[in-house]
Amino acid sequence: MAANQFKADPIVAKSTQDMRKRTPEPSRVGAEDASATGVMDHDQAEEADPRLDPAQAVKDAQKRRFAELDRATLIDIYRQMLLVRRFEEKSAEAYSTGKIGGFCHLYIGQEAVAIGAISAIRKDDYVLTSYREHAHAIAKGMSPGSVMAELYGKAGGCSHGKGGSMHMFDKEVNFLGGHGIVGGQIPLATGVAFATKYKETDQVTLCFFGEAAVNQGAFHESMNMAQLWKLPCIYICENNQYGMGTSLERAMSLQDISQKACAYEIASEFVDGMDVLAVREATLRAVERARKNYLPTLLEVRTYRFMGHSMSDPGNYRTRAEIERYQERDPLKLFSTSLKEEGIMSEAEMKKVDDEVRAEVEQAERFAEESPLPAPEELFTNVYANPIPEDE
Amino acid sequence: MATQVIMPKLSPTMEEGQLTRWLKKEGDKVSMGEPLAEIDTDKATMEMQALGNGVLRKIFIQEGESAPLGQLIAIIGEPDEDISSLTSQAPASAPAKTAAASAEATPAPAGKEVADEPKAANTPEADTPASGNGRQAPAPIATAATGRLIVSPLAARMAAESGIDLRSVNGSGPGGRIVKRDVEGLIGQQGSATPSAATKQTQLRAVPSPVQPSAITVASAYRDEPASEMRRTIAKRLVTSLGPIPHFFLTTEIEMDRAAEMRSGINALDPELKISVNDIIIKVAAAALLQHPQVNASYQDKVVRYYEHADIGVAVAIEEGLITPIVRAADQKSLSQIAVEVRELAGRARERKLKPEEFMGATFSISNLGMFGIDEFTAVINPPEGAILAIGAMSPKPVVKDNQVVVRQMMRVTMSCDHRVIDGATGAKFLQTFKKIMENPLFLVV
Amino acid sequence: MAIVTMREALNQALREEMQRDKNVFLMGEEVAAYQGAYKVTKGLLEKLGPKRVIDTPITELGFAGLGVGAAMAGLRPIVEFMTFNFSILATDQIINSAAKMLYMSGGQFNIPIVFRGPGGSAFQVSSQHSQALESWFAYFPGLKVVMPSTPADAKGLLKSSIRDNDPVIFIEQERMYGNKGEVSDDPEFTIPLGVADVKREGKDATIVARSLMVPVALKAAEALEKEGISCEVIDPRTIRPLDITTIVDSVKKTNRVVIAEESHPFCGVAAEIASEIMERAFDYLDAPVKRVSGVDVPMPYAKNLEDVAIPNVAQLVAAVKEVSYL
Repeated sequence: MAANQFKADPIVAKSTQDMRKRTPEPSRVGAEDASATGVMDHDQAEEADPRLDPAQAVKDAQKRRFAELDRATLIDIYRQMLLVRRFEEKSAEAYSTGKIGGFCHLYIGQEAVAIGAISAIRKDDYVLTSYREHAHAIAKGMSPGSVMAELYGKAGGCSHGKGGSMHMFDKEVNFLGGHGIVGGQIPLATGVAFATKYKETDQVTLCFFGEAAVNQGAFHESMNMAQLWKLPCIYICENNQYGMGTSLERAMSLQDISQKACAYEIASEFVDGMDVLAVREATLRAVERARKNYLPTLLEVRTYRFMGHSMSDPGNYRTRAEIERYQERDPLKLFSTSLKEEGIMSEAEMKKVDDEVRAEVEQAERFAEESPLPAPEELFTNVYANPIPEDE
Repeated sequence: MATQVIMPKLSPTMEEGQLTRWLKKEGDKVSMGEPLAEIDTDKATMEMQALGNGVLRKIFIQEGESAPLGQLIAIIGEPDEDISSLTSQAPASAPAKTAAASAEATPAPAGKEVADEPKAANTPEADTPASGNGRQAPAPIATAATGRLIVSPLAARMAAESGIDLRSVNGSGPGGRIVKRDVEGLIGQQGSATPSAATKQTQLRAVPSPVQPSAITVASAYRDEPASEMRRTIAKRLVTSLGPIPHFFLTTEIEMDRAAEMRSGINALDPELKISVNDIIIKVAAAALLQHPQVNASYQDKVVRYYEHADIGVAVAIEEGLITPIVRAADQKSLSQIAVEVRELAGRARERKLKPEEFMGATFSISNLGMFGIDEFTAVINPPEGAILAIGAMSPKPVVKDNQVVVRQMMRVTMSCDHRVIDGATGAKFLQTFKKIMENPLFLVV
Repeated sequence: MAIVTMREALNQALREEMQRDKNVFLMGEEVAAYQGAYKVTKGLLEKLGPKRVIDTPITELGFAGLGVGAAMAGLRPIVEFMTFNFSILATDQIINSAAKMLYMSGGQFNIPIVFRGPGGSAFQVSSQHSQALESWFAYFPGLKVVMPSTPADAKGLLKSSIRDNDPVIFIEQERMYGNKGEVSDDPEFTIPLGVADVKREGKDATIVARSLMVPVALKAAEALEKEGISCEVIDPRTIRPLDITTIVDSVKKTNRVVIAEESHPFCGVAAEIASEIMERAFDYLDAPVKRVSGVDVPMPYAKNLEDVAIPNVAQLVAAVKEVSYL
C-alpha cells in the first residue's frame, strides 16, 4: 500500500459559512468558529435553510455547469431521475392495490441525491444504502423489472423474493443492499471500503443513509474507523429532515451534520440535494479523494421527501405549506426547466424520454406481474452457503 | 411418616373433584381404608378412603370446594408429628410437589468446582441437597391414590413388546414409577408369570372350580384369539350394512311357570332373600353363557375376546338416564348372592354412587322392561359387549301342550347380537340353552 | 503430534489458515501489538504484518459490521472479541447482517466470517464478564456456533470455521486456554463442523457436555465407573448445526441422559437438546432427561458463591445416579 495513505488528510470539515457558499476549496475549521456547536436559530418549518439558494439560483448554477458536461450525460441524468419518479409512482399504485406488501418507502423528492451521486461513480464501485433504496438500485444499473418483481415478492426479483422492499441486492452491479436497521449499512460499507483497500483496488464505496442514522453509534464508530484507517468510503447523509415523523430539531442536538465530521477530521461538505448537478459535483470531489488517496468523505445532502415515511404514514407532523414550499424546489422540475431553458432538450425530446420511461416502467410492472412466485422449497434455501444436512 | 391426601382420580375422565362432605374432621382418628370424604366427580359421588393410619391432622379444602387431581387436600399423621413442611405447600401448590423439588434454584453448598472429585463424587446426597440435582423424595401416595400407572416410556415399550401386564408390576422408581429394571426382571420369568393364550384356553372349564364367589369384584379374565380371515370379513362387511355394530335380533318365548314356582319356593324358605325373576334370569343367562363362550365374547378389531366369566350388566333406569351395574362372575355366584348384590348395586346406582369399575366392563347385558308392561322389545348392544338380552313382561297366555290348550306364564325375550362376533346359529343355540334352563331351573343345580 | 495448550492450538490454527489464504485477516482489540489479551494471537503481527493483523479501537459494533462488509466484498475476516461479553454490543451486525445476508439477498452474498474469542465463566470477574452466550447465537438460522473442549478440537474446528463460507461464532472457554492435549501439526488437519465426538464410551448413562463441562463430565464418569456405572460422554462440539443423531443414538443405547452446561438453564442449549431427545427417543427413555446447568442468577464475584454457580463433578455424579434410580 502506498505510504501516503496514512498521511493526515489536508481536507477536513468546513465551517458553516464556507458550506453555505459551497466553495469547492476546503478550508480548515478554526477554533474561533463558534457556530460549530450552535443550534440552528430558525424554525425549519417556517423558513428555508439559509444555506439553500432559491430555485432560480439553483437553475442558474446548473446552467453554468452544463458547459462542463456532454449532452448525453445530461440527458441520461434527466432520464434516470424521471425513471425513478415514474417507478415510485407505479410502486405507490401497486402498493395501494395490495400487490406490494410490508413496508414501502418511496423516494419521490429525493431523486437528485441517488442519481447525482451514483452518476459520479464507476460501474465497479460499490453502493450500500438503507431501506429507501429503489432509486439507488435502479441508478446502480439494476433493471427496474427485477426491482419491481422484488417488491411483488416474485422469483424474478433481484433477491428472488426473499428480501422485498428493504433488501434489494445485485452482485452483478455491486449493489450491496438495502438494509433495514437504521445505520446498519454504515459499518458494512466501511468494511467494503476496507476490503477494496486491502485488495489494493481503486474502487470506491458510496454509503447512503438518512439523517436519523447519524444519531446511531454505528455512524460514529464507522466515521472513526474510516478516517483512522483511511478507507475509501463516501458517506452520503440524505438529510430529508425527518426521521419518520420526528423532525431534525426534535432529534439532534447539533443539527449541522456536515459539521460532525470535524470530530473525526473527515472531509465534509453540505450539498443542496435538490440540485442533481451539485450532488454529482460534490460526489466527484469525494470520489477523487477516495480513489487517489483512500480517504473518506461525509456529504450532508439536504433534501426532502414529498411522500410519507412509508406508505402507511399519516403525515400529520408537517404542514401542507411546508411540503408545497419544497415542491417549488422539486429537483426534477428544476433540472428539466434548466435543460429546456438552455436548449439542451426540446419539449419534444422530453416528451419522447417521458414516453420511453413510462414504457420501461410498464414493462417492469409486466415483468413483475408475470414472474412466478418463489417455489415453496426456496423457503429453505440460502440459509447456509455450506449447509450441513441434519439427518443422513 | 405423615400421609398426604391428594385429590384422587375417581373416574377415567375426571380432571377435578368437588369435596361434598368430609366424613372425618380434623383430630379424628383414621385408619387405612376407612371412608374419609365424599367426592363428587363428573360421573358420580364417590367415597374416598384413607390410605394411611393416624389422625386427620389438617384439612385444606372445605366442603363444597373443588380441587384438581393430585392437589394436596389433607394430611394424616401422628398426633405429635411435625407436618409444617407439608402444610407449607398447600392448598394451591402444584400437585404432589415434594420439599426437595422446590429447592431447585438455591445454590448448593460449596462442592468444590473441579477440584477434589473422587471425594466429592462419593458425597452422600445430604451434602448436595439443594443443588437441584438431589433426588426427589419418593411420593408413592401419588400413584396409589390416583390408581394411575406411572411408567417410564422405555419400560412401557418393553412391557408392551413382551406382553407383560404393567398392572402386575411393582414400580421401584420415584413415586412408584415402573422402570426398565422392573420390567427386565419380569421378562426373565415371563413363562410362568404371564398368561399365554394356549394355557388359558385349557383353563376354560365347563364346571368352574370352587372359588370364594363374594370375593370376586374384579373384571373377568379373558383370552384373545386372532380373529380369522372369515371373521374379519364378516365383521367388515356387516359393519357397512347396519351402523358401526351390525345387530341382529333373535326372539323366543319362554314358559316361566317353573321359574316362578322356584322363586316363590325359595322366598318361602327365607322371606329375607327376596329373589326376583330378574335375579333368576341373570343366573340362567350366566350359566348359559358359560356353555356358549362364543356369546360371552367381544369383537376387538384384530382379535375376538372370549371371557372366562359372565360379568352381567343389569340395566337400571335412574333419574338422569340409564346405568348398567355389573354382577361380576355371575356364573359363580348363588342366586341369593346375586339378589343381594343387584339390590345393593341398583340402590347405589340411583344415588350415583357407583365406582367406575362397578359399571364399566361387563361381558353381557340384560335389560328388563317387563315391569313397564312391554311384551317384547329390542335393546341396543353396549359395546364392546357381544350381546344384550331384552326381557319382556311375564303374562299368562294360552299355549298348546299335549294337544291341549292350557294357560301358562309366558315371557318373550329378544337377544341383540353383534354379528361381527356372533352368528345366527351361535346366538340361537345360546337362546336355546337359556330357554331350556329357564323353563327347567333345576338344570342350574344339575 | 505434540502436547500443546489450547491457547497454542488456536494460535497455530490462526497462523496456518492466514498463511494458507491471504484473504484471511484478523482484527480485534489488542490482537496485534499487545499480542492478544489472552495471548491467543501472540506472534501473529510479527509473522503476518499489520495489514493482516489489525488492532481495533474499542468499537465492537463498528468492527463487527466492518468485518461483515469486508466479507461481502470477498475477504474472510476473523473478528476477535476480547471476550464474548462484548459481542453483545455487536449483535445487531452479527444477527441482522451476518446471519441473514445470504438469505435476504436471495443467495448472492454469503458471509465467510469467524467471530471468535473467550466466553463462558471466567474467574471472579462478576456478572458482566462471566457468562455463556451460546444459546443467543445458536437461536438464529444463518449462524453456526462452535465450542471446542480440547486443544485438538480447538485447532481442527477453528481451521474448519475459517474455511467455512458461513458466519461462525467460535466460543473458546476462558478457563480452558491453559488446558493441554495432543494436537496434530499437519497443516491440513481439520475437524468438520456439525459432528459430535464421543469423548468416552459407556453403556449405562449418557452425559452430553460441551466446552468447560466436558472435563467435568469425564471426571464424573471416572468416579461413577468406580461404582460400576458406565457413562458415555458426548461432546457435540458444534452447537449449531447440532449433531443430534449421535446424541440420540447414545441415548437409545443407555436409556438415560444428563445434559451438563455452565450456562443458565432457561431457554438454554440443554433445553433444546432435551426437547430433541424427547421427540426422537421418547420410547427409549427410562428416566426423565436431566439437565445440570449453571444457576439461574448473574455470576457473583465472591469465590465461594462463584464456585457453586457452575455445575461440578459431584452434581453430575448425583444427576447420573438420579436418572439411574440409584
